[in-house]
Amino acid sequence: MNATLRPQTVVPAPKVTLGPRQPAARPAGKDGPAVDVRDFSFFYGPRQALRNLSFSIERKAVTAIIGPSGCGKSTFLRSINRLNDLIPGIRQQGDILVEGTSVYRPGTDLVSLRQRVGMVFQRPNPFPKTVFENVAYGPALNALVSRRDLPDLVERCLRQAGLWDEVKDRLDEPGTSLSGGQQQRLCIARALGNQPEVLLMDEPCSALDPIATQRIEELIFDLKQHYTIVIVTHNMQQAARVSDFTGFFDQGQLIEFDQTERLFTKPAHERTEAYITGRFG
Amino acid sequence: MTALEETAVRSAQPVSLERANYGDRVFKLVLTAAAFLIPILLGFLVYELWSGSRLAIDRFGFDFITSSTWDPVAEEFGALPLIFGTLLSSLIALVIAVPLSLGVAIYLTEFAPKAVRQPVAFLIGLLAAIPSVVYGLWGIFVLIPVLRTTAFPLLRDALGFLPLFQGAIYGPSMLAAGIILAIMIMPYVMSVSREVLLAVPNTQREAALALGATRWEAVITAVVPYARSGLGGAVILGLGRALGETMAVTMVIGNRHEVAASLFAPGYTMAAAIANEFSEAVGDLHLSALAFVAFVLFLVTVLVNAGARLLIWRVARGSGAGSSAL
Repeated sequence: MNATLRPQTVVPAPKVTLGPRQPAARPAGKDGPAVDVRDFSFFYGPRQALRNLSFSIERKAVTAIIGPSGCGKSTFLRSINRLNDLIPGIRQQGDILVEGTSVYRPGTDLVSLRQRVGMVFQRPNPFPKTVFENVAYGPALNALVSRRDLPDLVERCLRQAGLWDEVKDRLDEPGTSLSGGQQQRLCIARALGNQPEVLLMDEPCSALDPIATQRIEELIFDLKQHYTIVIVTHNMQQAARVSDFTGFFDQGQLIEFDQTERLFTKPAHERTEAYITGRFG
Repeated sequence: MTALEETAVRSAQPVSLERANYGDRVFKLVLTAAAFLIPILLGFLVYELWSGSRLAIDRFGFDFITSSTWDPVAEEFGALPLIFGTLLSSLIALVIAVPLSLGVAIYLTEFAPKAVRQPVAFLIGLLAAIPSVVYGLWGIFVLIPVLRTTAFPLLRDALGFLPLFQGAIYGPSMLAAGIILAIMIMPYVMSVSREVLLAVPNTQREAALALGATRWEAVITAVVPYARSGLGGAVILGLGRALGETMAVTMVIGNRHEVAASLFAPGYTMAAAIANEFSEAVGDLHLSALAFVAFVLFLVTVLVNAGARLLIWRVARGSGAGSSAL
C-alpha cells in the first residue's frame, strides 16, 4: 500500500536557500505541494521517532495528522520549522521542502524559515506583553513592515484570528489577561503577524473548553483560504470536521494518507480502521 | 447507612475526636505564636534603637542627617557622610554586579553546555560561603594594590574629565569598597536570577523561536521580560546585602567622615562606623549618636527596599515568573 495516494507531482526544486529576513521570493513551483516530505526520518539519539516519511501537503488546505500518543505527530510538525533543533542528540535523514525550498539543506536560514512557517502550540503561550505587542512581536523582530504600518497589520491579524471585536478596546492590556480561548486566538494572530505561508498547529484545542474549541475550528476553516495549515490532533472528530486531508501515523510511520472523507469512511489500512473506530490508541 | 447507625457511630467515639481537635488547636497556637514572634521582635528592635538614640535626636534633630561634622571630642555629630557612603558603595556594587550576574545566569541557563552548568553555578555559589573578613583581607592584600598601581591610574587617564575619577589615589576608597561589595553580592544575585530564568516555561522560548527570533533575541525579548519581576527580586536581595555589609567594607573603604565627589577618595558607611566606634565610644552622646546612625541605617534599608519593591511591582504587572516571590 503506497502511503501517498495523491500523485507525486514533484517539480524539481530550485536550489534556493532561504534569504535573510526579507519576504522570501517564492521560488517557482506554485503547482507543487506546499510542503513536500521526502523520505524523512528523525532520531532522538538512538531512538528513531520518524521512519521514512514521504508525502505531500497541499497548498491552502487543512491537513490533519492523527495517531496514538508517541507516534511522532508532534515530532513531525516540529521538524517542518526545525523547532527540534534545540534538543541535543537529534539527527535526521531525508528532507522536507517548504514551497520548494529545502528545510534541512546546510545553510538554511532558520529565522527566515520560521517566519514563513508559523506555529501555534498546545497550550496558549502569549508573551507577558500587551495584546498589541504580542501580535507585533514577529513583524517588529523581522522588520517586515515599518513601525508606522504596524497598527494596520496588527488589526488585520486580529481580525483574521476573529479576535478584533473582543480586544479592540484592550490592546494595551496584557495578553495573559485574556481567557484561554482568546489567548489561543491571540497566539494564532501572533503567528499570522509574520505573514507566513504555512501554519503549523500542535493540538491547538487540547487545553480549551468545547465552545472555545468550536471557535478555533471555525477559524481554521476561514484561515485555509489564505494559508496552508497542518494540524496535529488527538481528537479524531476534530480531524474529521476541520481537515481536507488526513495522515495517520503509528510508531513513527505514515500508515495512511488520504482525503479526510475517504480515510474516515473507507480506510484502506487495517490499523487505520482500528484506530478510528477506537479499538486502540 | 441509616440515620440511626450514623448517630451510633458518632456517639461511639466522641473522646478521640475531641483529642484530635485539641492537638490541632495546640499546633495552630504554636505556629501562630512563632509567626507573631518576628514582628514583635522587630517592634522591640525599633523601640530600642529609638530610645537609645533619644539623646542624639533631642540634641541634633534633623540636622543629624544633613551635617558632615563628626567630632567626638567636641560632641558634634552629623551622619551625612555615612549615609552617602552606604548608598554610594551599594550603588557601585549594583552597577558592577547586576550586569555581570545577569549575564552569567543567562549564559548558564540558556547557552552553556549541560556539563558546564551545574559546576559553574556551584562554584559561584561557593563565593557566598566565604566569610566577609576574608574578603576584607583579600581586598587589603590583593585588590587595593592592584587598584592603586594599575586600575585607578588607568581609569583616571581614560575618564579623568569626570569628577568621579579625579583626585589623589590612596588605594582604600569608595570604589574599592564598591568592587568588594560587588564580588560579595554576585553569588546571591546570580543564583536567584538563575533560578528565576530556569522557571521560565519552555513554551515561551519556543514561541519566540517559532516566530523567527534567534536564540539571543528569544532571551532578550521573551525570556528576560517574562522573568523581570523575579530578576528584580534578585537585585533587591543583592542590594539588601550590600547596604548592611560591614566587615569587608570597613577594611577597604578608608573610614573617613567625608563626602567626596571622587570615587578614589576614602569614605565611610553607617555599618562600618557603628562597628568601629562602638567599643571606643565613651561619652553618652557619642553612644547615642551611634544608635541614631543604626536607626537611620534601619530606616534607609527599609525605605530603599520598599522603594525597589514598589518599582518592580509597577514594572512587573502581567509578568509571569517569580512575581509571587516578592
